Amino acid sequence: MGVPTNWDGTLSSSEFYVSARSLSEKWKTTYPALPSWSWNSCARPFGCTSVEIQGYLSLQHFCCPKFVEEEIGDEIYEEEEPTSTTKDEPTDDATLAHSYDQVLHFYDLHIVYNISYRVPVLYLRGYHSDGQPLASDDIEKDLPYHSSKLIKDSRWTFMTVEEHPYLNRPWYLLHPCGTSEWMKLLLAGDAFVPEREELVQQYLLSWLSVVGQVVGLRVPLEAFKNVTTPHTAADA
Amino acid sequence: MGTEGQKYVWEGAIPLQIHLDESEITTLPAPPPALILGPRIGYLPLLLSLIKPYFSSTLPPGTDTVWFDYKGLPLKWYIPIGVLFDILCLEPERPWNLTVHFRTYPADLLSPCESEDTVKWNFINSLKEAAYIINGNCKNVMNMSQPDQLELWRSFMNGHMEGNLRISSKLKLGTVGEESATKKATAHHQQSSSETKPDRIPVRLYVRSIEEDVHDLEDAPPVDSWDKISYINRPVEIHMDDGKIFTLRDAIKTLLPELFEDEPSIDEEMSRIELQDGEKALETDLCDQDLENASTARSRELTDTLDECTPSSCCSSEKAEVKLVRIQGIEPKLDIPFTWVVKNLSNPEHFLHICVCVLVAQGQDKMR
Repeated sequence: MGVPTNWDGTLSSSEFYVSARSLSEKWKTTYPALPSWSWNSCARPFGCTSVEIQGYLSLQHFCCPKFVEEEIGDEIYEEEEPTSTTKDEPTDDATLAHSYDQVLHFYDLHIVYNISYRVPVLYLRGYHSDGQPLASDDIEKDLPYHSSKLIKDSRWTFMTVEEHPYLNRPWYLLHPCGTSEWMKLLLAGDAFVPEREELVQQYLLSWLSVVGQVVGLRVPLEAFKNVTTPHTAADA
Repeated sequence: MGTEGQKYVWEGAIPLQIHLDESEITTLPAPPPALILGPRIGYLPLLLSLIKPYFSSTLPPGTDTVWFDYKGLPLKWYIPIGVLFDILCLEPERPWNLTVHFRTYPADLLSPCESEDTVKWNFINSLKEAAYIINGNCKNVMNMSQPDQLELWRSFMNGHMEGNLRISSKLKLGTVGEESATKKATAHHQQSSSETKPDRIPVRLYVRSIEEDVHDLEDAPPVDSWDKISYINRPVEIHMDDGKIFTLRDAIKTLLPELFEDEPSIDEEMSRIELQDGEKALETDLCDQDLENASTARSRELTDTLDECTPSSCCSSEKAEVKLVRIQGIEPKLDIPFTWVVKNLSNPEHFLHICVCVLVAQGQDKMR
């Protein structure tokens, strides 16, 4: 059963969970040296319907995205695709990273399912090595150039500080209102429309390959290509 | 334009008595509290221009970052004032005594609110979210013209319902009406379901749990942490099973199924519409603060006479029971059609805010 052509780019909450597990496994295989994505189950005291998954995917204590971006880039291009260069990524932020002082910044990234938009949402929190939260200026400086520009241009509709739905504390989040649109283009734009099952497996990886760039976490889809296909079949 | 209910919602206000935090008083004598009406649909930071003049002369040097607390609980500025009042003051306190702070913003607890713009964009982002829930996209809100956006906000700030509804009607967020409900029901009968998508209603639900065994809700201890209030942001799908009316009870049941376990399905008789009562209750409750006592009494009366229908008695969950369902300051009968509730009691950002109070028993014996 293929995905209907009118697929709207959204996921159900249980599909989100399946997709989250898939991302977490493939991430581990692809980047064994990096912190891994783990599923945080957290039942709320009320309103837990049996059909809905309660929890989120979390990547803790991630070193300043700018440095990591370079790390990941090296790793991928050396090990997986030696011929590929960064030329397909026109915005090069490496120069900016140098101008920045060498104090380490850490980030927690959470991927939370948003039931209004029926898509994943990226929440993030930055802090110093002693646990003190980063000032918003620091975070904006850590972001790649194109993101800090977007923050200035569309300040209220791109990235804001809002309450984390599970932790009840203010976190940065990337606004999800356009997600379904571009996910639809990304996954069902070609003549080839994947099966629903495969689409669900692929969803968060593809999503992160776009959203990750916003926070300087560059996750080229190609990195997962080799892992993806056989793994999917085995998983299913 | 605008239903009777909407009008009361727009006019509804909480009398506030606002004290300046002691640590920020630098002059003697201390300034008297400010008495201000806080619109139910409004947000606390928007009152700044009214409050500031009372206290500006006594503040210590520094930059203003305004925030409020109630009995030590920092108030989330992005929750409408009426909702804060309904969930935090189970026994309405009038005037409502709040403390204002201009310094030491609790940034670890509250998301920052730098200016009116922050509040405005929070409002518009909520509107966008509501549009997405209702229509499956938020293009109409995103493509709103600059003048329309300005007017939408200005009319909201000034409490001009007509102007606000004129703009928001362009967004085609059409509140679910009887016509659409009938249409759906007909469609449902003619062809087997799946063709028509159910209406999705933007709902924000606040569940306050009380652990102590209190006889009267007014004895409930004050909320000292937001962790005591579960916030559930989840759309409600209106289902039209066998043409039965989808009631407020059905809506809450889909949001909090565990509190309605084993409950026998509502029979036809219970779901019969008694719109008139609902409207009357709304009138007495919303129109005039002076009538508050009378209306509270009336709410109680309603609850008493309808005891069989309230969740407190029919809920069979061993852990918790629903003590109170409050929307826009009233405790509506749970048999009211949900579409009526949505049409009349939603906030201008098209979300319906529902406050629920749940008694969590710690031992079996306390259930009795």
